[in-house]
Amino acid sequence: MPKSAKPVATSVVADEPEADASVRPAKKAAKRARAAAAPGSVLAADVPAPPPPAKPAQEPDEPAAVPAGRLTVRKTYKLYIGGAFPRSESGRTYLVDGDNAALASRKDARDAVVAARKAQSKWAGATAYNRGQVLYRIAEMIEARRAEFEALGVSTAELDATIDRWVWYAGWSDKIAQVAGNANPVAGPFFNLSAPEPTGVVAVTAPASLLGLASVIAPAIVTGNTVVVITPAAQIAITLAEALATSDVPAGVVNVLTGHSAEVAPWLASHDDVNALDLTGLDDTDLATDLERSASGTLKRVIRPAAGVPDFTADPGVRPMTALLETKTVWHPKGF
Amino acid sequence: MFEYAPAPENRSIVDIAPSYGLFIDGEFAEGKGTFKTINPANEEALSEIALAGPQDIDRAVAAARRAFESWSALPGSERAKYLFRIARIIQERARELAVLESLDNGKPIKETRDFDLPLVAAHFFYYAGWADKLKYAGFGSDPRPLGVAGQVIPWNFPMLMLAWKIAPALATGNTVVLKPAETTPLSALFFAEICRQAELPPGVVNIVTGAGDTGRYLVEHPDVDKVAFTGSTEVGRQIARSVAGTGKRVTLELGGKAANIVFDDAPIDQAVEGIVNGIFFNQGHVCCAGSRLLVQESIAEELLASLKRRMATIRLGDPLDKNTDIGAINSEAQLARITELSQIGESEGADRWSAPCELPDRGFWFAPTIFTGVTQAHRIAREEIFGPVLSVLTFRTPAEAVEKANNTPYGLSAGIWTEKGSRILAVADQLRAGVVWANTFNKFDPASPFGGYKESGYGREGGRHGLEAYLA
Amino acid sequence: MTVTATPSLSGLPDSAAGLRTFLHGLPGVDKVGVEARTAALGTRSVKTTAKAQAIDLAIRMVDLTTLEGADTPGKVRALSAKALRPDPADPSCPPVAAVCVYPAMVPVAAEVLAGSGVHLASVATAFPSGQAPLEVKLADTRDAVAGGADEIDMVISRGAFLAGDYPKVFDEIVAVKSACGDAHLKVILETGELSTYDNVRRASWLAMLAGADFIKTSTGKVPVAATLPVTLVMLEAVRDFRAATGRQVGVKPAGGIRTTKDAIKYLVLINETVGDDWLDPAWFRFGASSLLNDLLMQRTKLTTGHYAGPDYFTLD
Repeated sequence: MPKSAKPVATSVVADEPEADASVRPAKKAAKRARAAAAPGSVLAADVPAPPPPAKPAQEPDEPAAVPAGRLTVRKTYKLYIGGAFPRSESGRTYLVDGDNAALASRKDARDAVVAARKAQSKWAGATAYNRGQVLYRIAEMIEARRAEFEALGVSTAELDATIDRWVWYAGWSDKIAQVAGNANPVAGPFFNLSAPEPTGVVAVTAPASLLGLASVIAPAIVTGNTVVVITPAAQIAITLAEALATSDVPAGVVNVLTGHSAEVAPWLASHDDVNALDLTGLDDTDLATDLERSASGTLKRVIRPAAGVPDFTADPGVRPMTALLETKTVWHPKGF
Repeated sequence: MFEYAPAPENRSIVDIAPSYGLFIDGEFAEGKGTFKTINPANEEALSEIALAGPQDIDRAVAAARRAFESWSALPGSERAKYLFRIARIIQERARELAVLESLDNGKPIKETRDFDLPLVAAHFFYYAGWADKLKYAGFGSDPRPLGVAGQVIPWNFPMLMLAWKIAPALATGNTVVLKPAETTPLSALFFAEICRQAELPPGVVNIVTGAGDTGRYLVEHPDVDKVAFTGSTEVGRQIARSVAGTGKRVTLELGGKAANIVFDDAPIDQAVEGIVNGIFFNQGHVCCAGSRLLVQESIAEELLASLKRRMATIRLGDPLDKNTDIGAINSEAQLARITELSQIGESEGADRWSAPCELPDRGFWFAPTIFTGVTQAHRIAREEIFGPVLSVLTFRTPAEAVEKANNTPYGLSAGIWTEKGSRILAVADQLRAGVVWANTFNKFDPASPFGGYKESGYGREGGRHGLEAYLA
Repeated sequence: MTVTATPSLSGLPDSAAGLRTFLHGLPGVDKVGVEARTAALGTRSVKTTAKAQAIDLAIRMVDLTTLEGADTPGKVRALSAKALRPDPADPSCPPVAAVCVYPAMVPVAAEVLAGSGVHLASVATAFPSGQAPLEVKLADTRDAVAGGADEIDMVISRGAFLAGDYPKVFDEIVAVKSACGDAHLKVILETGELSTYDNVRRASWLAMLAGADFIKTSTGKVPVAATLPVTLVMLEAVRDFRAATGRQVGVKPAGGIRTTKDAIKYLVLINETVGDDWLDPAWFRFGASSLLNDLLMQRTKLTTGHYAGPDYFTLD
């Protein structure tokens, strides 16, 4: 079984040490306990912290002492496919920061593409206003779950930026067509209008940070695409999925696979029913090139990885949206 | 006959205070006097409203000026979140507002509930989204707000007109002093409460109530940078004259006398619905109402028979009854004007037909009415009646339809009914009107600009275009 | 071409081209407009006394239906008994309009319903697909009538209609009508397969011109059954047809109408478009099965003042 994934370095992700199967830092355990004590509450910090583990289990062969007080209930990190949270069909897990997370397989990717395709036409057919409301609702839900993300090590600044990023994209739902579309003054008695449309199902190799995830998922879905996201950052991504699942996001619009891009992404890149591939979060340039080459089979639209470390705090502009849009031009004669 | 039992909306869902002050700098304050606002459906007084005098306007403009400095300096994303908050509160309190608007205006609860309030919230959502995207709007790379906007709105869609004015102004970083109509101040004062609930900084929105003098003082105030007015063409003209030479920016959304053109290949049943919606929606108190029906001669007789049959099913009565289609005329003065113009229509020789409906004893009411045999020379074909009165004219060819449709000093809206796409587009090209509806009528959306040609005013509200009026 | 709102029927051509010209000369239906109209009427609030009146009328309009491969004499006898006395606990509850079964079950139902005033309808003509030779369809019809059915629900050949073979559809209806004898003929358009409102309007006129006593939306065997907009288009057609010919034709939405709320929306639709003349079981029917129990539950709620539970109503 592969070792836990290495987080992609970004400017906002705290540089956590790679987790080892047998080591759980006491600080993280305490944070987790606090979050469990008051899930979704911004007041979590005011809740008395439960007693720390009596002794970090530094050596697995030494029996741990029974902690005093209440034992916390831990969360199981599963995949997010078609609005449900299944385990991997492969039955595999991997360790992320001491938690077992489902390790997505080729067949999970296949299922996720089916779910994304099934959801796509209805999502694209929803009014732009409705999609904007749903994205704004995501911002509300993340705001309400700040404590959970903080317990996972997401900084206040990154959380603020993430929530504002969702709000920013929420506003684009009914404006991108007004910026990216137009009436064309053709030389003849014709009405001629160009308007953007979503490209379809987008596979995303996602960055490991919360802000990074927002920065790739939001621009894809706000215009009516649906996404299949593969990310190593299971805890953050699945906690985000839990926010999405309670945000009126229709099932299948966002599907989250946790695991290794190197294993899963090639199946997405070569999948005939995927329309676009966003490689923004990939720091393995050889893999990115392979995936781009593979995507050429069905002429998928490809967003290449950023050169260097992507700065997700910067104003993203409209390119992340327009890269995943088609332009449709309609001609119609005019005459009595 | 299947008679619906009364289905009244719950009046007590909304609390109306016995009196309301002016909303200046985040606080409610007294004015120089008071006036009453009544329920036009039964003439009962609803509340006593402060009357803003010159000193009050001075204070409101000064508060807006003070607030402008910090409000315009906020990052767009922060302004956006205030507007999103307001939008959400409106959604949550929509039922209260719908009842309040029906009581104060006389329009049916069906419309306030299903039309006005959803659109109001949508408008705030839409412009909230623009607040941090102004550089993408196509008005330069560094668009700046103008300053203090003095806004005067009419009584026909009190809350919606407020949204049309305030949402783009705040999104672009301006602050506002808004005067609602004398007969419909309550929803604007409710909105003042919403601003407080949203913790909007004091002075960003100020609501001053009163009549024509209050409005005039506001738009002529030297420290107002931008004037936005919706109302009659006559008052619009006075405003345009008064701001001449001041450098103030102005947008005017004024009257109309829209042609609703029905060709012989129209989807007839839907055209009949469109005609009814075009002129009887909101008691005909709609500046873009389809008040002139232009119907192709070859189908005129059958169309009118269908129209009359349909009009006979319109339900007029208690605005708070959920099954009411047509409510009360907003004021005694407006009823007098509708009555007068209708009498002129008869005396000029047009044939009058009214739907057979019983009018309540108290309150201001006017039955849905059509005039046939109308020509371009009749006053009812030229003057805006602003009531449930339709003038029917006929035409023979598309060219004649266009000619008649354009033969008016107004140019706000028009309708075209035909199953032939190329005809729709050709006729639309030739109509001198700011909004053209094809096979539909009276459709509005925050993403879609609205405004008129010629004496229907200038500037556009709504959509990306609606930002321009508030940006330097 | 100038097309009038209500086409002239004088010298209605019987040629294929003539029929086509006539049907395609009918005014178009704007999809957005017709759907907006029914959505608006769907917000009518029907309460208290009006609701009680509506529920009893709706019960009297139900064609209580079972059209399953698994139907047995026992099932059909039970259903017929329920048609006569929908609520055994409340004698003030009216009977339904008719029982609707397959031809093989007609004699069973006829035994129970004889002399009751509740009509006996049978689907015929190779229901639900209509894909059988005409002779088979006619034999099907004659059998049902001979067995005691006084109403026949036939299906049109949607394939022929969509292929533009209007005379074939027309002739089949005429032939089946003739085979019906005195039995009333309901013509099922299967609007879910016709796909557009323009087609629904044309098929409605085609069926009425060929002699239909009723036009009916659906078999209930395809994914899209009765909808309010389709029913509105059909109501407009029967209204215009009566204006043009003087003959009144009934309308029956069938399939997918399961709740009292749904049923009341249809009654509102009739009330505000074609009016009183169609607010009668002789001119409007609901093809339904589970609708009846919901109507009974709502009826009980109105009389007792508390919500009813499904265990208190028979499941036949």
